[in-house]
Amino acid sequence: MLPAFAVLLAFQLIGESLARVLHLGIPGPVIGLCLLAVACIISRRLRDFTEKAAHPIISTLSLLFLPAAVGVVQFLPLLRSQGLALGVAIVVSTALTLVVTALVFRFVVHKMHLEERE
Amino acid sequence: MPIGAIQNVTQLWVYLSASPLLWLFATLAAYAIADRFSAATNRHPLANPVLLATIALAALLAFTHTPYTTYFAGAQFVHFMLGPATVALAVPLAAEWGRVKRLAIPITIALFAGSLTAIFSAVGIAWLLGAPHAVLASLAPKSVTTPIAMGIASMIGGLPSLTATLVVVTGILTAVIAGPISRLLRMKDHAAHGFASGLAGHGIATASAYHDSRIAGIFAGLALALNGVLTSILAPLVMKLWS
Repeated sequence: MLPAFAVLLAFQLIGESLARVLHLGIPGPVIGLCLLAVACIISRRLRDFTEKAAHPIISTLSLLFLPAAVGVVQFLPLLRSQGLALGVAIVVSTALTLVVTALVFRFVVHKMHLEERE
Repeated sequence: MPIGAIQNVTQLWVYLSASPLLWLFATLAAYAIADRFSAATNRHPLANPVLLATIALAALLAFTHTPYTTYFAGAQFVHFMLGPATVALAVPLAAEWGRVKRLAIPITIALFAGSLTAIFSAVGIAWLLGAPHAVLASLAPKSVTTPIAMGIASMIGGLPSLTATLVVVTGILTAVIAGPISRLLRMKDHAAHGFASGLAGHGIATASAYHDSRIAGIFAGLALALNGVLTSILAPLVMKLWS
């Protein structure tokens, strides 16, 4: 598992370096994600190898957001002045985004007859 | 307890509360307990583990008067893993590449529709409710992963620290309501459900989509990456309407 973890770090490192050098405005890990996806599509062996670290780390993904989320809670009282506008905007916008994205996705799948035959 | 013992306990607390070990342990323990509780409620949407553990840890910090910097000295080891975890999303994505390619057109159209909806609806509603420009600009990138969102906010005249807060709130909210909304829509397509989750609520919703199903998680991870890139192009354009 550790050598596989080193592969993840290597791709993050490449991503971080490219983000810095090219000023892409996209974070290193997201660039690393794209590069590793391409590499794993090309090489089945690399995919099977990194799977050993990718699977366990993804299964703990929820945990990894806790430190940032706890930090944010401390700032919530500061939002009171714009609280109503922000609260309504986030709740309505999030619900609307979920509905529009899922329905548009389904609509196009249906129109193009891409449904899976299961 | 004799006075000496109380002093020892106090000294032990002073030592432990300043050490990374205690807060690293507290983070893992809070998550483990929250996850158990969530499983016991049959994964009720409101019993979302991130939501519960965040509230528990924030309450614990407030109760023990622990500054966030002390907490983060321990929690940073968990936080660090976010980078490699984001990279790791590539592996299951590559494994399902055939399916992703087949659905390339619905993915692209849903991406544009969802991304524009996320930006326009948030900014529009807050504008109608009288929020100032800096708040609107901070709200525009709320659906994308924190580092991208903060970068966009600073580019378009928002406040990056406010954006970071809004991003996390949006992520947790998405994780809580995505399941009920998909049930309301009678959405049985895991790809569509996951894609919508990751697009609206970035990594936090992607983590929760992986709990729903592997396919939902994979499509959420894909949406997280695609919407991160697209929002950094669209948000500055949309905000021109409000300048």
